[in-house]
Amino acid sequence: MEINETVSEIIGELCPDVDCQSCTTLVSDRYLDSLTLVALVAELEDAFDIEVPPAAIVVRNFDSVEAISKLVQELMEETA
Amino acid sequence: MSSYFTVTFMLLFLPMVLVAYQLAPRRARGLVLLVVSYAFAWRLSGMLVGFMIATSVVTYAFCLVIGAMLAKRDEPVKLMPQDKRRIKASSRRKIRIVLALGIVAEVAPLFALKYLGFFSSIAHRLGEVLGIGIPHVSVGIGAPVGISFYTLTAISYLVDVYREVVPVDRNPMRVALFVGYFPQLMEGPICRYGQSGKAAYDGAPIVFENLYQGSLRLLFGVMKKLVIADRLNAFVSLVFDGGETYDGGVLALAAVLYTLQLYCDFSGTMDVVIGIAHMFGVELPENFRQPFFSRTASEFWQRWHITLGAWFKDYVYYPVSLSKAGKSLTKRARKRLGKRYGPLLAGSFALLVVWLGNGLWHGAGSQYVLFGLYYFVILTLGGLVEPMASSLSLRFGIDRNCRTYRIIQTLRTLVIVFVGELFFRASGWKEGLVMLSTIGSSFSLDALTSGTVFTMGIDRPDCAIVALTAAIILLVDFIKERGGDPCAAITRSSMIVRWGAWSGVFLFVVVFGAYGTGYAPVDPMYAQF
Repeated sequence: MEINETVSEIIGELCPDVDCQSCTTLVSDRYLDSLTLVALVAELEDAFDIEVPPAAIVVRNFDSVEAISKLVQELMEETA
Repeated sequence: MSSYFTVTFMLLFLPMVLVAYQLAPRRARGLVLLVVSYAFAWRLSGMLVGFMIATSVVTYAFCLVIGAMLAKRDEPVKLMPQDKRRIKASSRRKIRIVLALGIVAEVAPLFALKYLGFFSSIAHRLGEVLGIGIPHVSVGIGAPVGISFYTLTAISYLVDVYREVVPVDRNPMRVALFVGYFPQLMEGPICRYGQSGKAAYDGAPIVFENLYQGSLRLLFGVMKKLVIADRLNAFVSLVFDGGETYDGGVLALAAVLYTLQLYCDFSGTMDVVIGIAHMFGVELPENFRQPFFSRTASEFWQRWHITLGAWFKDYVYYPVSLSKAGKSLTKRARKRLGKRYGPLLAGSFALLVVWLGNGLWHGAGSQYVLFGLYYFVILTLGGLVEPMASSLSLRFGIDRNCRTYRIIQTLRTLVIVFVGELFFRASGWKEGLVMLSTIGSSFSLDALTSGTVFTMGIDRPDCAIVALTAAIILLVDFIKERGGDPCAAITRSSMIVRWGAWSGVFLFVVVFGAYGTGYAPVDPMYAQF
């Protein structure tokens, strides 16, 4: 839950135009473009002390807050 | 047989391959495709096909080595899962060195055959300025057709094996077919192993449904190429290569018509390629998704030559952005420029690498470098301005999704694209800049109003045929943009509609195609890249 909230907060700052909690097409509908994705990854890495590998940057991992939170959770477990 | 758009290919080679494939036992069908792929490549490139075979061998060997290293690394991980991170980190460097060697081995022929002369010429001229004698070096044997495409395809497989996105394939014939599959040999699409690697070699039987849909798609592609692209070639070549000076109106028209020509040539070839693969039961990735409906330049590049953009994003942009140097730059920039603009700076550095690479990928010429830099500037400005545009529209209550706003955005994107294609088609960067400044300084519609333009390689009936066909293509794209699938709808219809549509497109090509007397055959334009 905490991860979800932090992720929502970060996306809210980066993409004020979108209701990120309900949106499931953040990348598909281009709310997150490649430049914003780099900004998002930098924020996620800082906030959760994780390292996001380039191979993890695929649409299905970033299309919704839920998917991003799941990725963060997995990367946190890998780091632990 | 110099391309897919020849009678020999369409009426002899392709039918013979389909028959041989279907008659062969399923296990041998992959080999049949590999043999005909090499025969096709031999016909296009002669002895130079050896470079493609060498790339396949190198890719196969390096993937085996990386696969073995990954398996060896994972043995202690299974025994000590708690130390997974440390164990993986300890072997990462060695595996990365092998990966880097593999990529160098794959890129070396491309660099030597396509770029050595260009860079050597730059070094030679720099040497003259500095008073140092640097000899001009070039291999001078040409390059195999499709080298830029199959090299990127091979690199994607190697990196995907390293990233453990796909498993190592131990069948060398399957890897060779993935690299040299004949439908995608000339112009891509640049496939990932997970998309077509196994399917192409699998030997699925040819079924009537696939044959019908594939041939309909193929005919639609031939229509784009022969009716529009090849017809416009005379006018476009005259304006860009004729050595005459024209007023800004003619140059602007040439930029627009060249964009249309390139789209119909390249997307038409993609329709043919995807249609042929579909006949064999293989689904290749789409390379175009209604690009002229894009609202921004960034979106345009997600809809135009999709597989090249995706390749650069996955194998250059993110690795550079997320490299140690990229992250360090991001952190420092965030401290100075804030959370929003800081990461944009690091992203922009990666974007510069991507667009220089994208420009040069199209050819070893200054106009391609300018083309790449042009899009780098446009996309970076887009990234910088977007937050301001977003907050301004919120403040002034502007609905950025309303129809008027979307139309304005689409028109602005079209202008950006036309200017980009002008640089792309110009014979050099200086010529491109001169043409652009002429459009700005001496724009006139005289050639159109006086009818002079109809004596420049295309007459009035030509223009009418182009306009009619473009309207058909636009309608199909519009239906697709709204979520429809005209091909699937036709396939589901009655026999009369199905064969009426097939015969209609066929007859349209036969009647209105720009071939025969008065028209020079034009090879697919992207094959030269």
